Amino acid sequence: MFRRPNLYTSYEAENQIFPTWTQRGLAALAIIILLLMPFDVPVISQIPIVRFLGDSNWLRPVATMFIILVGALGFNLLAGVAGQVSLGHAFFMGAGAYTAAFLGGEGTDAVYGLGLPIWIWLPGAGVGAALVGMIIAPVAVKLRGLYLAIVTLGLVFIGIHMGNTSWGKKFAGDPGLGRSFPTFDIRLWKEEEPLLLMDDDSKWLWFEVSDSQKTYFFTLVIAIIALLVAKNLARSKTGRALQAIRDRDIAAEVMGVSEFRYKLIAFAVSSFFAGVSGAMFASLAGKLPAIQWNLFLSVEFVAIILIGGAGTVAGTVMGTVFVILLPLMIEELTIWLSEQIDQGGLFSPVANFLLTEGPDDFGPISIATQTPGWPLNVFDWNIALYGLLIIVFLIFEPLGLYGIWISIRNYWKGWPFSY
Amino acid sequence: MTQILNVNEITLRFGGVTAINNVSFHVNEGELFSIIGPNGAGKTSIFNTLSQVYRPQEGDIVWKGKSIMGERPDRVAEMGIARTFQNIELFANMTVVDNLLTGRHVRMQGSWLTDALWFGPAKKREMENRRKVEDIVDFLEIEQFRKHPVAMLPYGIQKRVELGRALSMDPELLLLDEPVAGMNQEETEDMARFILDIRRELGIAMILVEHDMGLVMDIADRIMVLDFGQKIAEGLPEDVQKHPDVIAAYLGGELTN
Ligand SMILES: Nc1ncnc2c1ncn2[C@@H]1O[C@H](COP(=O)(O)OP(=O)(O)O)[C@@H](O)[C@H]1O
Ligand SMILES: [Mg+2]
Repeated sequence: MFRRPNLYTSYEAENQIFPTWTQRGLAALAIIILLLMPFDVPVISQIPIVRFLGDSNWLRPVATMFIILVGALGFNLLAGVAGQVSLGHAFFMGAGAYTAAFLGGEGTDAVYGLGLPIWIWLPGAGVGAALVGMIIAPVAVKLRGLYLAIVTLGLVFIGIHMGNTSWGKKFAGDPGLGRSFPTFDIRLWKEEEPLLLMDDDSKWLWFEVSDSQKTYFFTLVIAIIALLVAKNLARSKTGRALQAIRDRDIAAEVMGVSEFRYKLIAFAVSSFFAGVSGAMFASLAGKLPAIQWNLFLSVEFVAIILIGGAGTVAGTVMGTVFVILLPLMIEELTIWLSEQIDQGGLFSPVANFLLTEGPDDFGPISIATQTPGWPLNVFDWNIALYGLLIIVFLIFEPLGLYGIWISIRNYWKGWPFSY
Repeated sequence: MTQILNVNEITLRFGGVTAINNVSFHVNEGELFSIIGPNGAGKTSIFNTLSQVYRPQEGDIVWKGKSIMGERPDRVAEMGIARTFQNIELFANMTVVDNLLTGRHVRMQGSWLTDALWFGPAKKREMENRRKVEDIVDFLEIEQFRKHPVAMLPYGIQKRVELGRALSMDPELLLLDEPVAGMNQEETEDMARFILDIRRELGIAMILVEHDMGLVMDIADRIMVLDFGQKIAEGLPEDVQKHPDVIAAYLGGELTN
């Protein structure tokens, strides 16, 4: 045998989630910020554009971001790592949400609901969606590229349609208003007094915590668990097998990776994440109609991994932060601009130019919520920006934000000899 | 000598084209068997039937006493048959180490569930297999490319990585499809040295498909010659070289170098 002295003392160090001290430092900083964020930090609330972070209203959007991150990690596993571009992610989120509603929701004459506790309905939502994913997978295994995208797109419409059938309404409730979903309250079983009530203010140790702070921490914990699982899969045998199928499916089979088995795993695990994400999304919203699980939601995930980039966990995090916070920032920007006009601030000429406040005013951004055409309102601008960003990233930076981060890192590593 | 592979009268057709026509051969334990023949003779097709990417319409393929006809390609890999490809088929976006670790896939225990947990069996397994892969990295002298995505590596190095990926599988039979095609003199000599080392140090049986006649005549134990999907000769290098049909197939030129 060709044995040599073992020079590589620690593959273990190399395989850590944060192998370098810089990365560990950044991770520690991120954790400190995440822990401090919900407790009004005075400095942040002064900075324009991101000042919503210092305000308690933002806790909900950030909790939504954590929830979407769980779904995005699942989508990255399927589309980024395994290369199976699906437009059906919203459908699997819906499947999870209604499994959760069935298991944990309140049963009435109109809808099913067993009223079981969260430790059953939340994993149950994942399992329910994963089972649906496994039923779909054998069809998907036969399809490639665009064909898979089109067939999974069909799922979204089938899902919304099913929600409107008399049978589907027993799960999804009224097509216009939807049904109510179980809350995040933690119960042992069906008892009246939960161990932990999520929608009131209480005291933990020395801290006063509000309902939205509790929700924030709960969604943060779930997001961290999802991150660990996604990272563990990515850095081991399963992740490599999925990448192998993505890069060269026939060679992967000849190397001993069963295409069928691993595509099935990719669909099941990704749907599990989607299901958990969908259940939490619905729970946070309280009440949702079935139409919520639509193509736009699916496309949001495509945007996240295209903008985040490269089929990596880090890229998925970056993409999610960017895609979810971007609309908030644009909204915040318009509010700030109109304040500038009202107060006659330094930037009011710019604001005057950009904003349309009345019928005889002109400017690209309208502050009205309903606009028939030009100027576009904030919501329309967001949609247009998504599209634009996807195209820009596809053409100029296929590795996404992750790729940009790597270039910046390499630049500093080589500094001052970088060019 | 024990025969580990027996190919019995296989025929493979694509519509009207008969790519392999009633071909039989065997490979002994630890032997370096070579298949030569002009372009389109059916050499790659034979490899594809051995790994069951193509299913021959007639005949039987017996691996260590058991027919592998109808098995899935990944099962064949598990049974110990590894290969490289004529046109490099590496996992282009993965690093060299990850490509080789993917080669170890069939030798790794555990499921996606243990992987999701990482701590415990998955971590232990990853470290052990990484060590095995590093031995192969050393052996093929590709240390400095370890962490590079393979798509960016020079052609000759990619060919080496592909050999490494096949070796990582701990195979008992290695199929090499034109391993030195497109290489310069120095790269060819390196590759020949690796092939000989694999036979001598690891005792792995090999089937070598190659156009470089000098190399084949130098290192092969036995040679089979194909033309238009049919076997036209089989035997020791010096006998095959003199065979009139072989000389005709090659128009005399290439065999004399
Ligand atoms: N997938 C395929 N479909 C149709 N014909 C094929 C296919 N693969 C190989 N062939 C045909 O089979 C014959 C043998 O090809 P091949 O095995 O690649 O030859 P070699 O490797 O000896 O150059 C050729 O005529 C080729 O066109
Ligand atoms: Mg060939």
